Amino acid sequence: MTQSVVVQVGQCGNQVGCRFWDLALREHAHVNKKGIYDEALSSFFRNVDPRRSGGSGSDVIGGRIQALKARAVLVDMEEGVVNEILQGPLRDVFDSTQLITDVSGSGNNWAVGHWTYGSMYRDRIVEQVRRVAEQCDCLQSFFLIHSMGGGTGSGLGTFVLKLLEEEFPEVCRLVTSVYPSAEDDVITSPYNSVLAMRELTDHADCVFPVENQSLVEIVNKIRHMAHSGKPSTAIKMDSTIISSQGGVSRVEKPFDGMNNIVANLLLNITSSARFEGSLNMDLNEISMNLVPFPRLHYLVSSLTPLYTLADVSIPTRRLDQMFTDAFSKDHQLIRADPKHSLYLACALMVRGNVQVSDLRRNIERLKPTLPFISWNQEGWKTSLCSVAPVGHTHSLLALANNTCVRPTFVELRERFTKLYRKKAHLHHYLHVDGMEQACFGEALSSLSSLIEEYSQLDAAKGRLTPDVPRLSVAK
Amino acid sequence: MSVVTVQLGQCGNQVGQELFGVLCRDSSDAREKRYGDCSRERFFRDGPSEELVARAVLVDMEPKVISQIITKAAKSGKWKYSDKAHFSQKQGSGNNWANGFCVHGPSHEEAIQDLVQKEVEHCDRLSGILTVMSMAGGTGSGTGTYVTQCLRDMYPHSLFLNHVTWPYNTGEVIVQNYNSVLTLSHLYQFSDAILVHENDTVHRICSQLLNIKHISFSDVNKVIAHHLGSVLQPTYTSSLAGLYSRNPIGELLSCLVNHPEYKLLSVYNIPQMSTSSLAYSSFTWPGLLKHLRQMLVADSKMEEGIDWKVCVPATGRTGNERARNSQQLGFNTSLANLLILRGKDVASADAASFKDPGLYTPWLPVEEAFSTWNSTVSFNGYEKAATLVSNSQSLLKPLDYIVGKAWNMFASRAYIHQYTKFGISEEDFLDSFTVLEQVISSYTHF
Repeated sequence: MTQSVVVQVGQCGNQVGCRFWDLALREHAHVNKKGIYDEALSSFFRNVDPRRSGGSGSDVIGGRIQALKARAVLVDMEEGVVNEILQGPLRDVFDSTQLITDVSGSGNNWAVGHWTYGSMYRDRIVEQVRRVAEQCDCLQSFFLIHSMGGGTGSGLGTFVLKLLEEEFPEVCRLVTSVYPSAEDDVITSPYNSVLAMRELTDHADCVFPVENQSLVEIVNKIRHMAHSGKPSTAIKMDSTIISSQGGVSRVEKPFDGMNNIVANLLLNITSSARFEGSLNMDLNEISMNLVPFPRLHYLVSSLTPLYTLADVSIPTRRLDQMFTDAFSKDHQLIRADPKHSLYLACALMVRGNVQVSDLRRNIERLKPTLPFISWNQEGWKTSLCSVAPVGHTHSLLALANNTCVRPTFVELRERFTKLYRKKAHLHHYLHVDGMEQACFGEALSSLSSLIEEYSQLDAAKGRLTPDVPRLSVAK
Repeated sequence: MSVVTVQLGQCGNQVGQELFGVLCRDSSDAREKRYGDCSRERFFRDGPSEELVARAVLVDMEPKVISQIITKAAKSGKWKYSDKAHFSQKQGSGNNWANGFCVHGPSHEEAIQDLVQKEVEHCDRLSGILTVMSMAGGTGSGTGTYVTQCLRDMYPHSLFLNHVTWPYNTGEVIVQNYNSVLTLSHLYQFSDAILVHENDTVHRICSQLLNIKHISFSDVNKVIAHHLGSVLQPTYTSSLAGLYSRNPIGELLSCLVNHPEYKLLSVYNIPQMSTSSLAYSSFTWPGLLKHLRQMLVADSKMEEGIDWKVCVPATGRTGNERARNSQQLGFNTSLANLLILRGKDVASADAASFKDPGLYTPWLPVEEAFSTWNSTVSFNGYEKAATLVSNSQSLLKPLDYIVGKAWNMFASRAYIHQYTKFGISEEDFLDSFTVLEQVISSYTHF
């Protein structure tokens, strides 16, 4: 069994991270009735005897749970969010040594986050991450959570990403990035995002982009279902998707619904590695199956069902609906329509009471409607995990490597160019030690070449590519 | 003589566990004591508290599956796995053949060899080694291939039967075709025979013949276990009456693998039906054998929906003409066949129709191409059952399909960086493709 370490950077990163830990605790509590510290728990938590000073672990699998500590490093250049965590119900889950904070924040400036704070805190960050990593028996991956539009998450977050690659080159780096919507209130968010994109393309193994606007729309849909009053559409209130009820924190804060969705994404990605199933999927299989070319590692995700209906026995039709929804553009976590773009690869991670025949039936049914690239017509990766998420009987996470990310990147580039042409706000960045004008040019060209790679693949769509002639051998 | 089974990867371990379940149940249900004893000697040994311990070594790169099946086996109360005969690591192979073969294989070579050696030492005499794995993933396929190669070096005089599960055509794993090509091309060089089950085929058996509504992997694995059990359980292989064969794997290989270029074996089994229907059915040997023969001829693994229009082409034509005609007619030419009959009145069964020279390639005399084994003991709940292990063109199309898909993907170099990262180069890929194109050519131009 392997362990993963979560590194949450910036306000958004820490808020999402917080929700993740809350939901993870709830999920494990639901499954682990006997209070035994088992393999599944050890993937994200240490078991610590609080009476022993220094908190050295009684990390023995099979022992009773004493105090769970998250395998995490929390980084923020402002104290507000982290302080709130330390005063809230999750305070016991984190060791004070796992927190790295400063007071003044990055002022929504990628350069400040990346260069100023990066160099200032480099050693401390390495030290803390190393400490957490050493407490792992077999560290398989880092989960980095951050936003792209601000200064800390974006700048310092990508600096940390580079660090992780240098110091732990064999550990997989899975990044959840929250992209700003067009109506974002941070004016310089396009600069921050594009500068961060270059780092993601160069240093991440896999990126799960998430757009705030999509999350808002999904949360609204759920709320609408809750209030629409149809008799059969009562939403189970303990569903982890929409509420934190049953979790450790009681009060629901703004953005909680949206952050819950992202936290669920992380839970579901790791479920097959943590729990048993008839067809397991480990974290290293994600990148192996979904990343055909090293730079094209942006995976579009969708989670279904977003709500459970009150009916208890769900007939097959409903199960099939779950699969159909996973490909609809309303369920994607970025604003994109994968059905009308080209699939390079697709993974379906199913949890709960679903069998291989249900999976196959739905793949057969949906395959004709989805355009796949010619050399990967059967490009499906599947996994079945027997443990369903709390409040649901089954769930599906679809991860797709699809060219529908291209329009998102193109739009980002346009917003960037609009500002850059006028040299607007540039001086804030160039004042920072370590930042040069060339950085902007390089980041822009990195993004452009990424877009170009996707375009070339797109051009192949719909074209009937003849099969490559086979090797001929002597008869 | 005993068989040691090495279960590799998730699939290998899950299938292996079902197989031992079938073998244990069949040996304890057998009405003939000698049959039960022979079967138990072959696949089990006595544990410290008189329970049956499977002669098996379990290998996987991550621990969840192994611990699950050890628990499941122990729950049966009738047999179990040895507490010490398993090897696992913490992190899997990530569906990456190169990781399984180049990294995990060499790192854990000694530990795995030790376990196999200990198990072999428990045998009075070793009949052969059975490996069970899939070819789509990373551990079963990559590490499984490496381990087979090592064991081959360690036991150069032993016989190796590799059971390989072929994945569903539509993805379980996206890089499954790469992994499959690498596995088959390597195995072909040092395996004695490769016995294949295709998930798609077994799935159809579950849905159409066994009428299972929600098919799980456990159902699929039970069918595979039933087929394997019907091949490996004791039989009389010669006219030496009253003596069960002491060398099942050796005799299987000498019946079926006459030429090192032709090693792919598939299994046809009849009857296959749900236990509820079984209670109301009765069979005759002529009926069973007639269907089984046509299943072979038309290459159908199920007794329903057989294409009866396909027939044996007339003999007496030139080799090339035959090949062309056969392909057009959808006829499945055999190199060698082994018919295994189990159950009531087996002595009255007449297998003459399988000796038709038209079924076989012309360059092997029929007496060498066809063999029959039998046993009077009913197998696994079926009063009469017939199994055909066949070295024929049955796997030609599936192999060609896999190689074609892999080649197309290779042309765009997709995913290749994942393999080169661990030590498999583009050259290695090309070598593998060449080996398999040769196999395809050999089977096409019988």
